[in-house]
Amino acid sequence: METRNKKVLVIGVIGADVHAVGNKILYHAFTQAGFEVVNLGVMVSQEEYIAAAIESSADAIVVSSLYGQGELDCRGMREKCDEAGLKGIPLVVGGNIVIGKQRFEEVEERFKAMGFDRAFPPGTTPETTIQALRELLGMDGTNE
Amino acid sequence: MKNILLIDFGSTYTKLTLVDVDAEEIRGTAQAFTTVESDVNEGLNAGLKLLEQKIGSFTYEECYACSSAAGGLRMITSGLVPELTGEAAKLASLGAGAKVIAIYAFQLTEDDLEEIAEAKPDIFLLVGGTDGGNTECILHNARALASMKPAFPIVIAGNRTAARQCERILEGCEIYVCPNVMPKFGALNIEPTQKKIREIFLERIILAKGLSRAAELLSDIMMPTPAAVLQAMELLSKGTAEESGIGDLVAVDVGGATTDVYSIADGMPEQMNTVFKGLPEPYSKRTVEGDIGMRYSIQGIIDAAGKEKICELSGLSEERMCALVEELKANKETVPQGDDELEALDFALASSAVKEAVARHAGTISEAYTMMGLTYVQEGKNLTRVKQIVVTGGSLIHTKRTEAIASHALFSPSEASSLRPREANVWVDRTYILAAMGLLSSHYPDVALRIMKKELEYHGHSQQTLN
Repeated sequence: METRNKKVLVIGVIGADVHAVGNKILYHAFTQAGFEVVNLGVMVSQEEYIAAAIESSADAIVVSSLYGQGELDCRGMREKCDEAGLKGIPLVVGGNIVIGKQRFEEVEERFKAMGFDRAFPPGTTPETTIQALRELLGMDGTNE
Repeated sequence: MKNILLIDFGSTYTKLTLVDVDAEEIRGTAQAFTTVESDVNEGLNAGLKLLEQKIGSFTYEECYACSSAAGGLRMITSGLVPELTGEAAKLASLGAGAKVIAIYAFQLTEDDLEEIAEAKPDIFLLVGGTDGGNTECILHNARALASMKPAFPIVIAGNRTAARQCERILEGCEIYVCPNVMPKFGALNIEPTQKKIREIFLERIILAKGLSRAAELLSDIMMPTPAAVLQAMELLSKGTAEESGIGDLVAVDVGGATTDVYSIADGMPEQMNTVFKGLPEPYSKRTVEGDIGMRYSIQGIIDAAGKEKICELSGLSEERMCALVEELKANKETVPQGDDELEALDFALASSAVKEAVARHAGTISEAYTMMGLTYVQEGKNLTRVKQIVVTGGSLIHTKRTEAIASHALFSPSEASSLRPREANVWVDRTYILAAMGLLSSHYPDVALRIMKKELEYHGHSQQTLN
């Protein structure tokens, strides 16, 4: 019998955001890095991430946001995950997640306070995120 | 001449259709009361006698049947997330021609188990989790079902990782394992499960429903009536290698208790700036509205449409309308038969039933303003480009206003979010041949298609109205 050895990620662009290119790049980068990726595409609601994560028994949810409204869109997501039985599931967010020029350390603090495990600024390479996911999921070199 | 007898054991009537496949014509139709409690052959023989009176004595070389007698194929399903594997299980069951009496999501509770025991389904469909995904829920539900010592067959079509374990948990029960109805997120694979449901129906349910005695008569197939109708609609739409079909279509069957809607169309977004959300829907899709029917479910129509709308469409005062509705509730066999008021009321009810049932079947579109400008979000099937509507059911057959009633299936500017056909030709199945042609199509697809094209009556071209 086949057993699952790949870690499963649910990814997508949150809210009323239609930036599709970065989403496709991340899909390919994560897949190539050995993850099983459930890609929800663009304009994804919190509920959709959660439903997909439940059915696929996902190991982490990776939220992208490019249009500056990410902070609003991400509010309450951790609480909804808890409510849906996804307690402790790693939540990662990245992209152009806030409006205007703000110090990213502060931004990251705010997202961490919202229950996100990691937040990434604009211009982050897929490799950085992949490395962070490996750390979060305890895969450092052991699952290669 | 080669005669073939087609039988539809309905809940009330056993309908017979005799077809000459060499001449490609219907030789006659007849119906008699279904006698499933005593001996189903009584009703069948009565029907055969009636048919003989109509067309003279006849013989037939083959005989096929479908059935919705004794409550039809009653199914219960359980999935994980309601919008995902829960929905996939529902789509699979409905497409197999079942009547879905309950749908459960997440873990079954003790209350749920009591309800299931009470409901005594003919088949239980157990799903949940994508392949390699969640196993906890389906295993819990398998254990819960095992604890109630089910007397019904269980089809397991969930996460393949858990399939064997489910089998072990339910050892001793009648179980069948099928491929996952949702192997990957957003991908449906419901056909193998539907095939299995039909096989179980054939082997087991027919015995249980007292149809086995009639089975001696049959040459081959037997399927649930809605599955036969769906098969006929697929054939009419797609055609065969020899004979072209009529293209994408929507079919509506307004019954006394329920309204069935079928669509044979892709239904994916028309434009680039439209984002599709939710599960992709099957090309051949069937839905059943259990609360929309002309007599037993009359209140459901009124609740959905509103009293004002029924009054407006029928031209009756509210008081008079309500009084007539009470009469119809008390006497469910009532047909208008020339009574102007009842005819007007039935027109309003049938129009509203068609509109509501098609609106629930069709997808929706909504606007979303994004940084990139206006974007549309589509959920469900976009049927706006469908150009053919097939209608059947007493209230649409026994009226001169068929086209006017059917036009309510169309897109309406006042409900622009509902993706119903913009304009369509209306075809009426005046002689109730759809199920029979579905049966015939298993062996004689070309003949069945040509007969349908000949027998379905063209009833005008309808365009969107302003209501």
